[in-house]
Amino acid sequence: MSAVPTPAGGEAIPAASLDIVPLLLVPAVALVMIPFVGSFPAWVTLTIAGLAMGMMIFIMASGLTLVFGLMDVLNFGHGAFIAVGAYAATLVLLPLSGWSGADSVLLNLSAVALAILVAMIATGLVGLVFERLLIRPVYGQHLRQILVTMGGAIVTEQLLGVIWGPDQIPLPIPETLRGAFVLGDVAIEKYRLFAVVVGLAVFLAMFLVLNRTRLGLLIRAGVENRPMVEALGYRIRTLFVGVFVAGSALAGLGGVLWGLYREMLTATLGADVVVMVFIVIIIGGLGSVGGCFIGALLTALVANYAGFLAPKVALASNILLMVAILLWRPAGLYPVGKR
Amino acid sequence: MAEALLALAGVHTHIGRYHILQGVDLAVPEGAMTVLLGRNGAGKTTTVRTIMGLYKASAGQVRFGARDIAALPTSEIARAGIAYVPESMAVFSDLTVRENLLLGAREAKMDPARLEWIFGFMPALRKFWNYPAGNLSGGQKQMVAIARAIVVPRRLLVVDEPTKGLAPAIVQNLLNAFREMKSAGTTILLVEQNAAFVKKVGDHVAVMDDGRIVHSGTMAAFAADAALQSRLLGLEMEAHA
Repeated sequence: MSAVPTPAGGEAIPAASLDIVPLLLVPAVALVMIPFVGSFPAWVTLTIAGLAMGMMIFIMASGLTLVFGLMDVLNFGHGAFIAVGAYAATLVLLPLSGWSGADSVLLNLSAVALAILVAMIATGLVGLVFERLLIRPVYGQHLRQILVTMGGAIVTEQLLGVIWGPDQIPLPIPETLRGAFVLGDVAIEKYRLFAVVVGLAVFLAMFLVLNRTRLGLLIRAGVENRPMVEALGYRIRTLFVGVFVAGSALAGLGGVLWGLYREMLTATLGADVVVMVFIVIIIGGLGSVGGCFIGALLTALVANYAGFLAPKVALASNILLMVAILLWRPAGLYPVGKR
Repeated sequence: MAEALLALAGVHTHIGRYHILQGVDLAVPEGAMTVLLGRNGAGKTTTVRTIMGLYKASAGQVRFGARDIAALPTSEIARAGIAYVPESMAVFSDLTVRENLLLGAREAKMDPARLEWIFGFMPALRKFWNYPAGNLSGGQKQMVAIARAIVVPRRLLVVDEPTKGLAPAIVQNLLNAFREMKSAGTTILLVEQNAAFVKKVGDHVAVMDDGRIVHSGTMAAFAADAALQSRLLGLEMEAHA
């Protein structure tokens, strides 16, 4: 970004108001649930599990929300990228099962890192093909986008079945990430903490790219008003392809984490979770990465608490949460460019 | 009249099944301000959006300098040297004033001296430099939109209805801003309905009606001909004051 002189002599300006109410929702929901859950250790376990699941959902959803915000593209094929990511990880983790099972933190984490790298490259490439073949011809046509991308997802899932076979594929968690840390009566699964750390790292990286680089400035402007960005002389299609590929790669990363979390892969792995991904980006405000982050944490926490307290309600909890939030804020928690 | 920097010849534009521009011929001389006047629905905004490639011309030529830009994508038209301020202002609400101007500069660095020149006639921008543009008033947003377009010199500035909905005091500030830009030699195509406003700054005038240019000439001659104004605009320019 070019260095810009700060104009001197201006009067003191009022600070920009930060809308913190949505930010407070996550701790508020968690704290309110303590008396309902009853047991503090159970509450900690549920909360950590919810945060971990929320981070994985955020990683899967963050690319999708940018893609919609930037180009108004409804990609119902996003779930297929999640599955492709998880399956691509098997190309590394199964042959390197010796590394995953070794009594070495370095070897264990190296195997996961390699699997993530391969998965992100594979899903990025699949995303590139998807954009060129399926999405480019239907820009601006939402109904066709839904049909074409759903069709693309079905074809991709079938191709996974053709390549890897129809049976479920085990994807074991490396030894280092197995088990739990026990603090008194509280047991915290290591893998869930790992997912939280990776999710926070992705959020931080996205925050820095979006807020500290010229590329991020362009993406934020494009999400708010694409035609104006073009009228300023920027080639937004090129930018969109880049964002689409990056979003696909993030879905692949989410797929690896989700696959390891479930430890068993099916071709519909992504389709199982994509509804929640869409709920999250709607709750967050279409195009808003910050909103997506808060929305993912809220959705996962509510699903976890509901699953514990009232399992029959759990299935509908995300829909109820979405309805409640949209009644409160019809454009989502952090609507983009609505001031 | 100086040689035309921008020239439209026989431009037709369709929006869906509607035939909006029906053979527009317009010349914008270099180094001067050309004002495009006309009643609501005459086709003024469609004309500038066609120039910017936001609507594609279905027939005719749009020449900018020596180049036909009618078929170019919007981003390439902007890169050819045209800065555009749309009717809706279209500032990026979530970005600060500084970030809005950074985008306007594209790859170029913002020149401190030019920024000082802009702050000279748009002092509010200095005050709200690091403030989200979405929190500013309508007049301040209009200033941001214009500053974004002129933060780096471009060959042509196209501004669509800058005074729409603005308070008289803000309109006076805008008038001063346009005078400054004119004195700096900027070529400007200004779309406006506020005839009293443009009479004070325009050099040339073109009047649109029903998708065509029905009059073009000097602003001085047009401003002096009350009967012509009444016939083309429905009322005299003084009535806008």
